[in-house]
Amino acid sequence: MATDTLHHGAHAGDHEDHDHHEHHDVAGTKVFGFWVYLMSDLVIFGTLFATYAVLMRGTAGGPTGADIFELPLILFGTFALLISSFTFGMGVLAMNANRVGQLKMWLVVTFVLGLMFLGMEVYEFHHLIHEGYGPDRSAFLSAFFTLVGTHGLHVTFGMIWILVMLVQLQTKGINAATRPRILCLSLFWHFLDIVWICVFSFVYLMGVL
Amino acid sequence: MQQPSKWRRRGTFFVLLALCLLLAGCSSALMDPKGDIGEAQRSLILSAFGLMLIVVIPVIVLTIAFGWHYRRNNTVAQYLPDWAHSNVIEAIVWLVPVVIVGILAVITWRSSHELDPHRPLESDQPTLEIQAISLDWKWLFIYPEQGIATVNEVTIPVNTPVRFRVSSGSVMNSLFIPRLGTQIYAMAGMDNDVHLIGNEIGTYWGRSTNYSGAGFAGMVFDAYVTSDEDFEAWVADVAASPNELTFPEGYSELAERSSFDPVQYFSSVTPEFYERLVSSFHTGTDPETDTQDADRAPAVDSNEAYQTTENQEDEVAEDGQLISN
Amino acid sequence: MFGKLSFDAIPFHDPIIVVVGIGMILGAIALVAAITYFRKWGWLWNEWFTSVDHKKLGIMYFIVALVMLLRGFADAIMMRTQQMVAAGGSMGFLPPDHYDQIFTAHGVIMIFFVAMPMVIGLMNLVVPLQIGARDVAFPFLNNLSFWLFAVSAILINISLVVGEFATTGWLAYAPLSGIEYSPGVGVDYWIWALQISGIGTTLTGINFFVTILKMRTKGMTLFRMPIFTWTSLCANILIIASFPILTATIAMLTLDRYFGMNFFTNELGGNVMMYVNLIWAWGHPEVYILILPAFGVFSEVIATFARKRLFGYHTMVWATVAITVLSFIVWLHHFFTMGAGANVNAFFGIMTMIIAIPTGVKVFNWIFTIFRGRLEMTSPVLWTLGFIITFTIGGMTGVMLALPAANFVLHNSLFVIAHFHNVIIGGVLFGMLAGLTYWFPKAFGFKLDEKWGKRSFWFWIIGFYTAFMPLYVLSFYGAARRMQSYPNAEWQPWMIVAWVGAVLIACGIACTIIQFYVSVRDRKKNADVTGDPWDARTLEWSTSSPAPFYNFAHEPTVGDIDSFWTQKQRGLEQAEQKAYHDIHMPKNTHAGPIISVFAMIFGFAMIWHIWWLAIVGAVGTLVSFLARVFNDDIDYYVPAAEVERIEQAHLKRVEAHS
Repeated sequence: MATDTLHHGAHAGDHEDHDHHEHHDVAGTKVFGFWVYLMSDLVIFGTLFATYAVLMRGTAGGPTGADIFELPLILFGTFALLISSFTFGMGVLAMNANRVGQLKMWLVVTFVLGLMFLGMEVYEFHHLIHEGYGPDRSAFLSAFFTLVGTHGLHVTFGMIWILVMLVQLQTKGINAATRPRILCLSLFWHFLDIVWICVFSFVYLMGVL
Repeated sequence: MQQPSKWRRRGTFFVLLALCLLLAGCSSALMDPKGDIGEAQRSLILSAFGLMLIVVIPVIVLTIAFGWHYRRNNTVAQYLPDWAHSNVIEAIVWLVPVVIVGILAVITWRSSHELDPHRPLESDQPTLEIQAISLDWKWLFIYPEQGIATVNEVTIPVNTPVRFRVSSGSVMNSLFIPRLGTQIYAMAGMDNDVHLIGNEIGTYWGRSTNYSGAGFAGMVFDAYVTSDEDFEAWVADVAASPNELTFPEGYSELAERSSFDPVQYFSSVTPEFYERLVSSFHTGTDPETDTQDADRAPAVDSNEAYQTTENQEDEVAEDGQLISN
Repeated sequence: MFGKLSFDAIPFHDPIIVVVGIGMILGAIALVAAITYFRKWGWLWNEWFTSVDHKKLGIMYFIVALVMLLRGFADAIMMRTQQMVAAGGSMGFLPPDHYDQIFTAHGVIMIFFVAMPMVIGLMNLVVPLQIGARDVAFPFLNNLSFWLFAVSAILINISLVVGEFATTGWLAYAPLSGIEYSPGVGVDYWIWALQISGIGTTLTGINFFVTILKMRTKGMTLFRMPIFTWTSLCANILIIASFPILTATIAMLTLDRYFGMNFFTNELGGNVMMYVNLIWAWGHPEVYILILPAFGVFSEVIATFARKRLFGYHTMVWATVAITVLSFIVWLHHFFTMGAGANVNAFFGIMTMIIAIPTGVKVFNWIFTIFRGRLEMTSPVLWTLGFIITFTIGGMTGVMLALPAANFVLHNSLFVIAHFHNVIIGGVLFGMLAGLTYWFPKAFGFKLDEKWGKRSFWFWIIGFYTAFMPLYVLSFYGAARRMQSYPNAEWQPWMIVAWVGAVLIACGIACTIIQFYVSVRDRKKNADVTGDPWDARTLEWSTSSPAPFYNFAHEPTVGDIDSFWTQKQRGLEQAEQKAYHDIHMPKNTHAGPIISVFAMIFGFAMIWHIWWLAIVGAVGTLVSFLARVFNDDIDYYVPAAEVERIEQAHLKRVEAHS
């Protein structure tokens, strides 16, 4: 999905552009711009949620949510992601204290937790497709795979971004260029967490109930 | 159609004006409708048109008059370069559109309900049901009570309310007989309907108005409004046809892509043909393999399904406003 | 190896396409040869393609838009010709497959590749200057947005000669656009061209939203912003909130087509009505994205040439904001005939009519700006007056369509076609041509020729009424839109009149082209030396024409609405000589065009199912983007001495002139 690459990646790129208005708050503008981007991303998720709500009953004789969701597994992934938000927060605190080593350590921990979450999702998808409940089985499954998959894709790009930041912290340390990037990445990561909480309650919990 | 005279009275005033401006004259399908529904719609269009002229004509006149009077080289005209506010003018320019839109809103609310396509017509005659199915690229009309079916031709008895149940065997289309009024979408798996009536005997035509692919231009059909006797004769004529329409075999054959199809008659139709076609899209069963015994999900009423979509949509709109704040 | 792509994909069997294709290829070769001969490649690449200067990007948007206008208009005249001859059983000269591609391409091109780039181009050119900024908030993104748009335009043009374009109508309603009913590559061209350019548009929306909120000069509060900036702000809010819906909807259609998913299929639980809802949840705000900036243009033009403050500035702003909000709750009026209940229909009908209130107020505000003014009949003013009348009529037919019970007979007919051309030609296009004429000197340093501009206007407006009034009439006879042929021979006279109208519009376009030629030829005579050729009111006219790349040597300070006008009245111009400072500016970048070309390769590969090439495109996009992220050499300082040299040269020219 090159589109997603461009989409979120392009925003990572803003941080490059030094503001030429000395009296304007450069980092502030960047973080604000990224925040606006997150709002537009929220509309994408909103659209996918709306679609899911409409197609939820379009099972076409196939399985319903209650038939296929394995809550314990999902709960495991959910906790991994929730904790990763906490560890990223610790990383930002470390950055504010100018402790680059600690920041990198927390980023690595966050990355590993993200990887665990993704592992859970890949396992779930693989399992479902293996059972014959792939996204082409019914409209419900199309909407489910797309909503959850879009979130997963965002997490993947977040992890690529973490790697990029680890390299940049190694070469540049904490400076005017990397600091707003870490802040934006942290916004992005928390945003994904919030979206996931919605996915978890709206898709999984309500699906099982 | 409940009070056609009222709509008509309101509309009459503007008819003359409209005739000049629309050029179309009385002969066009929408200005010379042949049924109560179309009649009500004509009045509605004319009264809305007349109401809006109250704003539109002054705007045009003022634009030209001010543009001319306050031209650069007319030095006798008043020139106040910093004059940019007037409570009186602002009040008027808000008030006039508000009042007109207020009146239009009342008309909208009432006419939307009175002319709701799903609303049965009041009449002492029993309602005739016709099932219209759009295919690539032709119209199939089934008369369930008469047990007959036709392709690209529909006949209705005069002054008899007709309920068209409308669905599709392929992509979206829209069933429209201009002289009778209201069109409605035909969608696969949806059981849509529109109530129409023909009050004048004649030969009219209908078509799909919603573009549906390469054969779209050929989705035109004849529509006859006849006397009761002629209708009976026509039914007998169709019933004498050697062809029969079966589901799913005959349907699959008919559903093959073709356009500009000649009129066809079928003397008999598999019972519940329409319902089975509509529900075949819900069960996921191919019409080819659908048998009489297969259990079928109830056909979804498009109206009901629609509401769901609509409610969900609000979420998106709200997201939008969230950002704009 | 090449997926679905083979030599059969080139439509040699269609003489029209072959001729057009050969013409296009020869034209491209001639262009490339000319650039090579005059050794302009380096200049093009360094000064233009890689530029992050918002003014240059604005100009490039406009150039692409004007070229695409010719393409879209060629489609229009073919449609009108076809409908003129294909009456009473005749099939005309275009078979359905070709005709269907043409009307689809016409709609897509005119909206996405003419109207949108004109609007965005004008925002690029004007907004930073109006708010006293030296550039946009994210200059690199601005360049990237342009190139994403430009490569999408290229993809659309490739579809003319390699393969086919969609035959689904410009919004590609499902299930017709699904793989079952449209197995060819046409819809895939539609998907990837819109997806790539749509992402560019979203980035533009974010960029300008942040620019307007964060980069305004000293003293410019929100309620001192020029109206064009206000309308741009609202248009960008609409972009941010609505384009993601388009992105998600097209993505779902893509998944249906490529992975056999069932979002919008007839079978397996798919919901066709949802596609229609989603596409219009984007589509209706989209028309306001186009029209709001046009409203802004008219406001600037009418105040400037009437030599008078805009009547009811605050009303104008609030009307704009009201339209922005309301535009999200009216989308259902595009399909009253789907069979929703009477309450739902009535609600959306009334909401739609409510939009007519702020719009009507705006119209009266323009009229009362003329009142007690001194109106100079320049061509931008002609466009504005033509707009007020034409748009009002279009608004009236719009309200008729918004009456659900009337809509039941007008929907999907030529009435709809006539209505939206009434507002888009009369509103957006007139606005953009007015804006082009108005701000042209700011971009190039000389004015456009007035004589040819006025001729263009008269051809356009007479041509418009000749072409589209017959369509209103025909709709009353029951004529549907998108008919490749029709059995009703009695419609033909009206179709012939409409064709004549299209030819008149062609003359209008020709006048514009001649206008460019004449204006460039006479550029010395029409030079704008002072930077303020119209005696205008807003900040963009306080700097030289063409504006220096850094826009303002000193950041202007704003005291009220129309601050520059007030300053001129007080005669404070150049009263004090301030010292010049170094100016911090962004460097040009190769990243925008390179990333976009990879995105185009990805799109093309996806269209033709050439998977290895798609991977190359995707990886190339990511890597070239990361290269940008790791590049730190992105800005520089313009030395104060250089600024002083440029500014003094300008002042000397002004003095020599006066």
